[in-house]
Amino acid sequence: MSRIIEDVICKFCGCLCDDIAVETEDDHIVKIKRACPNGRSMFLDYDSSFSKPLVNGREVEWDEAITAAADILDKADSPLIYGLSSTSSESQRKAVELADHLGAVIDSTSSVCHFPTSQALQAVGEATCTLGEVKNRADLLIYWGCNPLVSHIRHFSRYSANAKGMLLPNGRKDRTVVVVDVRPTATSKVADIFLQIKPETDYEILSSLRALVHGKKPEYCIDGVNIEQLEQLAAMLKNCRYGVIFFGMGLTMSTGRSYNVTELFTLVAELNKFNRFSAMPMRGHGNVAGADQVLTWLSGYPTAVSFACGIPQIGPGEFTSVDMLAGKEIDAAFIIASNPAVHFPHAAASHLKKIPTIHMAPVSNGFTGDADVILPTACYGIDAPGTSYRMDNVPLRLRSVLKKKRPTDEEVLIQIIKAVKKC
Amino acid sequence: MLGITGGKVFDPINGIDGRLMDIWIKDGKVVPEEMIDKSEAQIIDASGKVVMPGGVDIHSHIAGAKVNSGRKMCPEDSLRLLRPRSQITRSGSGLTVPSTHLTGYLYSEMGYTTVMEAAAAPLVARHTHEELEDIPNIDKGVFITMGNNHFIMKCIRDGELGKAKDYVAWLVGAAKGFAIKIVNPGGVENWKYGKNVQNLDDEVIGFGVTPRQILTTLGQINKDLKLPHPLHIHGLRLGQAGNVDITIETMELMNEFNGHFCHVQFMSYGGERGSLPQSASKKIAQAINEKSGVSVDVGQIVFGPATTMTSDGPAQFSLHQRIGGKWINDDLESESGGGLAPLTFKRNNPLHGTMWLTGLEIFLLVDDPWKVFLTTDHPNAGPFLGYPQVIRLLMDRDYRTREFERLHTKAKKNALLPELKREYTLYEIAIITRGGPARRLGLKNKGHLGIGADADLTVYLPDDDKEEMFSHPAWVVKDGEIVVKDGHLVREQPGRTMYVSPNYDPQIEEDIKAHFKESYTISFENYSIRSEHMGPNEKISCD
Amino acid sequence: MKKFFTLITGRTKKQAHGLHKGIGSPDYIAATSYVEICPDDIASLGIIEGQKVKLLSEAGSVELAVHSADIPIGLLFIPMGPAANQLVGPETFGTGMPSFKGMQIKVSPL
Ligand SMILES: [Zn+2]
Repeated sequence: MSRIIEDVICKFCGCLCDDIAVETEDDHIVKIKRACPNGRSMFLDYDSSFSKPLVNGREVEWDEAITAAADILDKADSPLIYGLSSTSSESQRKAVELADHLGAVIDSTSSVCHFPTSQALQAVGEATCTLGEVKNRADLLIYWGCNPLVSHIRHFSRYSANAKGMLLPNGRKDRTVVVVDVRPTATSKVADIFLQIKPETDYEILSSLRALVHGKKPEYCIDGVNIEQLEQLAAMLKNCRYGVIFFGMGLTMSTGRSYNVTELFTLVAELNKFNRFSAMPMRGHGNVAGADQVLTWLSGYPTAVSFACGIPQIGPGEFTSVDMLAGKEIDAAFIIASNPAVHFPHAAASHLKKIPTIHMAPVSNGFTGDADVILPTACYGIDAPGTSYRMDNVPLRLRSVLKKKRPTDEEVLIQIIKAVKKC
Repeated sequence: MLGITGGKVFDPINGIDGRLMDIWIKDGKVVPEEMIDKSEAQIIDASGKVVMPGGVDIHSHIAGAKVNSGRKMCPEDSLRLLRPRSQITRSGSGLTVPSTHLTGYLYSEMGYTTVMEAAAAPLVARHTHEELEDIPNIDKGVFITMGNNHFIMKCIRDGELGKAKDYVAWLVGAAKGFAIKIVNPGGVENWKYGKNVQNLDDEVIGFGVTPRQILTTLGQINKDLKLPHPLHIHGLRLGQAGNVDITIETMELMNEFNGHFCHVQFMSYGGERGSLPQSASKKIAQAINEKSGVSVDVGQIVFGPATTMTSDGPAQFSLHQRIGGKWINDDLESESGGGLAPLTFKRNNPLHGTMWLTGLEIFLLVDDPWKVFLTTDHPNAGPFLGYPQVIRLLMDRDYRTREFERLHTKAKKNALLPELKREYTLYEIAIITRGGPARRLGLKNKGHLGIGADADLTVYLPDDDKEEMFSHPAWVVKDGEIVVKDGHLVREQPGRTMYVSPNYDPQIEEDIKAHFKESYTISFENYSIRSEHMGPNEKISCD
Repeated sequence: MKKFFTLITGRTKKQAHGLHKGIGSPDYIAATSYVEICPDDIASLGIIEGQKVKLLSEAGSVELAVHSADIPIGLLFIPMGPAANQLVGPETFGTGMPSFKGMQIKVSPL
């Protein structure tokens, strides 16, 4: 039997496009409308046939797998719970409860994407807005160190450069688009202005722009750009009606990290004396923004939280996963809906292979982790419902389009919490 | 089954002023003595103690996007108050912006059992509800901001008031809100152009409507929909010198519709515009005394750290311009906006001293305690943990005089406070912290201990030091369960989220769908919050 | 040639697509196992497109095939993934964030 489900939300990236039509036939997805290639393959490649948990490579019943997972966590002195960005906020809430109970460190993939952005926010705050304000008001768009045409494919058409909105009836024609990056990208090719900068000069350029906005001319040179280019950009910043700077890991992963973003947030705050201006990080995974939100409301801190002393403590560089793994300070890991084995520097990833590891994810095939316990769960947004926070922190309730064949992350976490409380 | 026996009961809604009596509880409700099998009942011996209904907070920022931004922006606030996990409770952190579970514990330990979250934009109300579910031991509700809503302003512009009414009914139900909140009507929209509104007849850019029209339209709708709580109003020119006149003008405008004016201390300043604010408590209190349709909560300053947060984006920006430091702004499509800035209120700062005086004077000059409620607009004027201190200031004139003497000389000059001899009684405290707010919220089962009331109550040890007395109640009962015993939290249990869902003509949904296509970045179908996706909840009827 | 290159790692469409197929899938491995170098640098290294080079950083080394790309002189691009992460060091400078962009790399033809 075939049916079409409208207004489905795609959680592949932080855009959370909520206009997807999914056609299913006998409980299989056969057709996707309006999604980008990334979203399409997320839906079409979804395979829930791998439904039995594994312990040491052996298929077991769920009860046994839960006991094994609880046993690993209970025995550990310094367990790490990591991932969270591709699961629902309901599951994230349970993961924090587990971490609190265990006295574990809990860290999300923000640790290696926009934790420096949170650190900047802790320093100076942030002037921001929802994506609808971008669509309806923004006449100047700057993309700094990000490449949305690859990473957030429908961002341009739904929310930003190409969208038609209240004060921008002609869409792209009514907006000026500037890209700042160290290399030409798909996004820079469609910009009105491409400011190609040298690696590691973001901070200098941002502070020079701050000076220029305040009518002061820097007397030093910056490798790769000339002052006239910056003067032109500073004038644009001051003279638009509503400007927005989207920024990505070009700022957070380069030298300076949180300082780059602090400088950008300060520039944007100061521009509000002249006109209206907002900044927004291009959050990657579907619910990575939610991971920050949930951890913050449950502990007071967005990322890298240790409950080891019985109270929540934050520690950039201290309780962050890469530092803790590379420093061999972790003796068991519970990985939820992420893949640090491939996304962490070798020195950190290799420690994961040496310690007992539990991996919970909507895995289907090609699972290469060396996890001792593998918990294949339902995929929220496909065969389980759940809440997710868009890159602008607007929460959406994802629906399921297929029948659930595996338990959800939330359900498994509830069982594990029960089991460790018995230990 | 539970009996609280021999206590001195203060239950103003039922006119009980310190009478010795027993309270009987069964299945989470107050019941007549006959319904209790005393051989089975657990007895709390309250002889020599004071019994009041559980505290009801009419205006506090405890959950949702803005509060969480405050937590995220202020790791330093976490270090001010840290709570380790225990056998029965979760760990937590934060004094002015405590984490969710800790918020529930702290209110509970202070004898409060019902708290209203003062503002959520409907677009992000789902976030507020997720957090509310994680706040244990108290019941709660959330006010939905509508004073800068595009659909409503379009209806006013086009003279389609019936449409506006159906929309509002739909919206408050969709967001699972408890009441309608207005914040700086039109001013938040204008802020998106870098501007604000200063007067009731200023124009809202792009809509050609005025703050006056927004206020009266929503006032009428609130009345027509028979919502339990009247319009909850944060007016124009918050924090500005000379704003008392616009506040009184707004009270005059809204008197016929009924209106609750929140954190009125921030709205009651004299002085020339642009100069240092002065207390205009006399003027505002007179207006409150004269207008039968008006109630207020104070938003009393508590010296020490605060985190200012409102949907009033332009007010937060001008505060940031004045004090520097960290600042968050968040513009929300088609609906609202907001901002945050951390701030410490200092006793020796002349302005802060004046603000402190303004609040206390309002408490003491409003004749009818049923019209003025205790809040600190948590965490804007200080954390809710300051309530016991405010109670002492109201009940103990000697203490008040000593605290007054510690202010900056400039703040003390010409101050009215030293002349005000009034001391609140326990009965009056029970009104401004329980009966009054519950009645004004339209919560029939809260704020009193009559038969059928929710079994939420607090037992205090009498103490001359009223701050000590109200900081550490001996017993707190929530829904008939003992949650605090001998001053210690002994139980964590979920609270309910109360909401209203008035009827509307379903035809309106076609108009709303078209509006969504035009203005929003999410679809109509993904907007509404369904009660089955919330934690424990209770629909409050509109009649 | 002694010159150091600056390594940028990042997302690509194929890398994202490969993730859906699974991190052990040939699609994913292919999508994350090459290095982009600009034509001028390819010429000055004396190599040709498709040839394998050895990349060396203070954290480790990896051998990858060269793709010619429109990137600035002196820059290398490798899609984020296990190959790139052989070269990225664990130093986070107190932020939690390793140098996924900005590692200094020596390139030698094989
Ligand atoms: Zn408030």
